[in-house]
Amino acid sequence: MSATTRAPTRRRSRRTHVLVFLAPAVVIYTLFMVYPLLDSLRLSLFGVVDGQEAFVGFDNFRQLLGDDLLSARFWNAVVNNLAFFAVHFLVQNPIGLLLAALLASPTLRGRSVYRTLIFIPTTLSVVIVGFIWQLILSPLWGFVETPLLGRSSTALVTLSLMSVWQYVGIPMLLFYAVLISIPDDLVEAAYVDGANDWQVFWRIKFPLLLPTVGMVTVVTYVANMNAFDLIYTVKGALAGPDFSTDIMGTLFFRTFFGFQLQRGSSTMGATVATLMFLLILAGVLLYFFGWQRRVETYEL
Amino acid sequence: MATATTTARPHTRAGAHQPVRHQPAWRRRLGAAMPHLVLIGYALVALGPIVMIVMNSMKERRAIFSEPFRLPTAETFSLVGYQTVFERSRFELYFLNSFVVTVASVLLVLLLGSMAAFALSEYRFWGNTLLALYLALGIMIPIRLGTVSILRLLVDLSLVNSLLGLILVYTAMGLPLAVFVLGLFFRQVPRDLKEAARVDGASEYWVYRLAMPLIRPGLAAIGVFTMLPIWNDLWFPLILTPGESVRTVTLGAQLFLGQFVSDWNAVLAVLTLAMLPMIALYIIFSKQFMRGLTQGAIK
Repeated sequence: MSATTRAPTRRRSRRTHVLVFLAPAVVIYTLFMVYPLLDSLRLSLFGVVDGQEAFVGFDNFRQLLGDDLLSARFWNAVVNNLAFFAVHFLVQNPIGLLLAALLASPTLRGRSVYRTLIFIPTTLSVVIVGFIWQLILSPLWGFVETPLLGRSSTALVTLSLMSVWQYVGIPMLLFYAVLISIPDDLVEAAYVDGANDWQVFWRIKFPLLLPTVGMVTVVTYVANMNAFDLIYTVKGALAGPDFSTDIMGTLFFRTFFGFQLQRGSSTMGATVATLMFLLILAGVLLYFFGWQRRVETYEL
Repeated sequence: MATATTTARPHTRAGAHQPVRHQPAWRRRLGAAMPHLVLIGYALVALGPIVMIVMNSMKERRAIFSEPFRLPTAETFSLVGYQTVFERSRFELYFLNSFVVTVASVLLVLLLGSMAAFALSEYRFWGNTLLALYLALGIMIPIRLGTVSILRLLVDLSLVNSLLGLILVYTAMGLPLAVFVLGLFFRQVPRDLKEAARVDGASEYWVYRLAMPLIRPGLAAIGVFTMLPIWNDLWFPLILTPGESVRTVTLGAQLFLGQFVSDWNAVLAVLTLAMLPMIALYIIFSKQFMRGLTQGAIK
């Protein structure tokens, strides 16, 4: 009796619960993340005409990619950013893998001490990391003779390596987590079949690591494509010498706020942000369709 | 020989299947020491620069340059850099601001994120999958790309140069990953437990509260993932809260360092002050920290 009368109210109150649970997160996320992202895409199609913001179609893009000076700056930033990423990819994966493999060896003592110590730089702010290395590499202290950060030929690579120094703990930990989750019988069976350590690593452990290598790579790519703090801290918004360390983040900042002779523009800033978005999207899609589909994931 | 190998490595998991090879003793010993040599070597690379900064921040200027690798002695000890920092800037205020912003954002992300994750994993309703996908989009898209419009929005809401504005932006930034990962944890909470509570007449809010302690590892992992980028961020404080009274440690350090670049004592002192709290916190909680990170990673 009472069950039949209670059922509808229960269902209705259940709906209010769902709303109460979901609404705060959805509202804050939509207002402060989704709306600004969409509005930035919209703004990239607007410009200032007679002191008023007006729809200008793809004019901003035409200007950014067509104007000699602007397009030179843009492509310079893209190429530098890809180089910044390439150094990360080429250096952090081997070092992370080596450290993880050593940490995961079953006979190692003091594992948690090593792990804790090696991860410390990752907890620091990029600003701190930038200044620490600026001091260490400073000619005043004289540990390094050549001004690595002052030459356009070495500055970008040096900055990339500083960033790798900070973040290598993350791939190390992720690889380590995979390595210790590999069942012992799998490895032992291979040894019984006569495989040596080298073969066991490359034939059994490495294939199991590949999905994680892909994940680390795409996360690094996205983080690198909107990196800013390190370059701004060490080289300022002009990303010198002679724009040799200019990446998308610093270009975005300068375009939005202006710097020295260049006047800031929010619509041009939004245009740069839109192009950054497209570059990131291209990388993520490449990962999903070019890598993740081809790499086999094994259920352990 | 054979007994020596087996007694030396009695707890070797891999020992059973490795045939006893007749290698010279020095080679075996080198093989056992190799991992330690490499790991110690890398630990030096990771920590050396940090130790150099901290050590030299407590020396007088001349000693910083003449004997950079030596610990401060009674003659070279000096805290003049720290004096400059506290006289010339309001570092204690910056710490307070960073603390308020980080703690408030992390708590909001954990509370609102777990509520949304609970609803998405617990109830079936129209648009559930679509909503989960909508919230997950933000994991891959960096919020910085929307900066132009975020600044405009905060100007409209008069939230520029306010800690609340920063907190709301960081909350939005942390939510997507939190909802996704906590959802995975909520799905592992036994159904019987929740149904038993419901039979006893518990409200849905009570069921949520009941499930919370069971996802503690997930909350720890998300807490860590969310906290570090917020405390260390330069971009949003630089653009949204540049004012002196709302300055965070990262921005405060950045501005101070730019201004006092030639005063090495002050620079070293600021660097030490800005990094030691995080390092101390990290070392104290390193066990939970590592467990959270690796578990979050496996998910």
